[in-house]
Amino acid sequence: MLFRQNKIKQMNITLQVNGTSHTLAIADENTPLLWVVRDILDLKGTKFGCGKAACGACTLHVDGEAVRSCSYAVKFAEGKEIITIEGLGTKENPHPVQQAWIEEVVPQCGYCQPGFMMATAALLNKVPKPTDQDIDDNIINVCRCATYYRMRKAIHRAAELTVPDEAPETQNS
Amino acid sequence: MKLKHRIVFAVFLLIGLLLAATSGTTTSNYVAVSSNEVSMFTSDEAFDKMMEVLTHERCVNCHPNDNVPKQGADGHPYYFGIERGTDDVGFEATNCTTCHQSENNKYSGVPGAPEWALAPASMYWEGLDKFEIAESMMDPERNGGRTPDETMHHLTEHELVLWAWEPGVDANGVPRELPPVSKENYIKAVKKWFEEGHVIPSK
Repeated sequence: MLFRQNKIKQMNITLQVNGTSHTLAIADENTPLLWVVRDILDLKGTKFGCGKAACGACTLHVDGEAVRSCSYAVKFAEGKEIITIEGLGTKENPHPVQQAWIEEVVPQCGYCQPGFMMATAALLNKVPKPTDQDIDDNIINVCRCATYYRMRKAIHRAAELTVPDEAPETQNS
Repeated sequence: MKLKHRIVFAVFLLIGLLLAATSGTTTSNYVAVSSNEVSMFTSDEAFDKMMEVLTHERCVNCHPNDNVPKQGADGHPYYFGIERGTDDVGFEATNCTTCHQSENNKYSGVPGAPEWALAPASMYWEGLDKFEIAESMMDPERNGGRTPDETMHHLTEHELVLWAWEPGVDANGVPRELPPVSKENYIKAVKKWFEEGHVIPSK
């Protein structure tokens, strides 16, 4: 009944996705950003998981903030900078999070991993050297293969790659 | 013919029952009180009507006593380990706006309203009775330094407070329960109580 009460409003929207500007005609301004990214822009790296903002498989960045895109109406993205997993790094020049994921061989089935990597990249932007507690607090996506242990190692590794530890001071002889 | 009539009657009866059941899910259990009656309330009656709303789970869930937001009609602890954080909006990279926007999302069932956040820790209501909540609400040391007039405006005008009457649907598409008093009568009751001197009745 509520669905019928809400009128569907069309809109034209301009947004930046992975550095490229797109102007799109959207049939329903409340369309989840996830479907715009996947179905209109054909960027399939961002996954549909639960559709209820609970699992985090659809995590991407909007103006640098991690967002569950299945629950983010595209109208809120007007004029904003969207980064998806495809824009995080490249094969030749992976983002430290992607590099760490490779080094620690994190994925099992892999489906949820883009969401985890996007959440981790957002965390490292805010907390460059996260503690285990920071990881517990902020990385709350769901992985049914239970790759959490490897992910934790990879997050710490990504932090090292992002902000290398300062070289120990050399002692005067 | 008789059998045909019975079948037609049964079909209409079934349709009627289904319509009644469907419409029942979108309305609340408002107590039938006319707005004129609210205007005639004594201060104590207005207080009780106001507190029927403010003690509703939807209000109390975001006024926790342990820095953990609550969810649902049963007030269970928020899933996924979400806590208050330093600014009442969660943790550094995972916070309220990771999932909640400035309006309800009808597709995911995630609720939303402007300034979605926990009430500051000093404003905890969880575990308090209606008299203690009122004392807390009127105490400038606990209510964010608000004057009575500012508190009244907050209670009757703030979008996050008034969202209670437009709570949207849950994750299963089922409309959320509304507070037990209509918005119009709640606002009248609040204003009446403040105009009458905001006296907290004795227990």
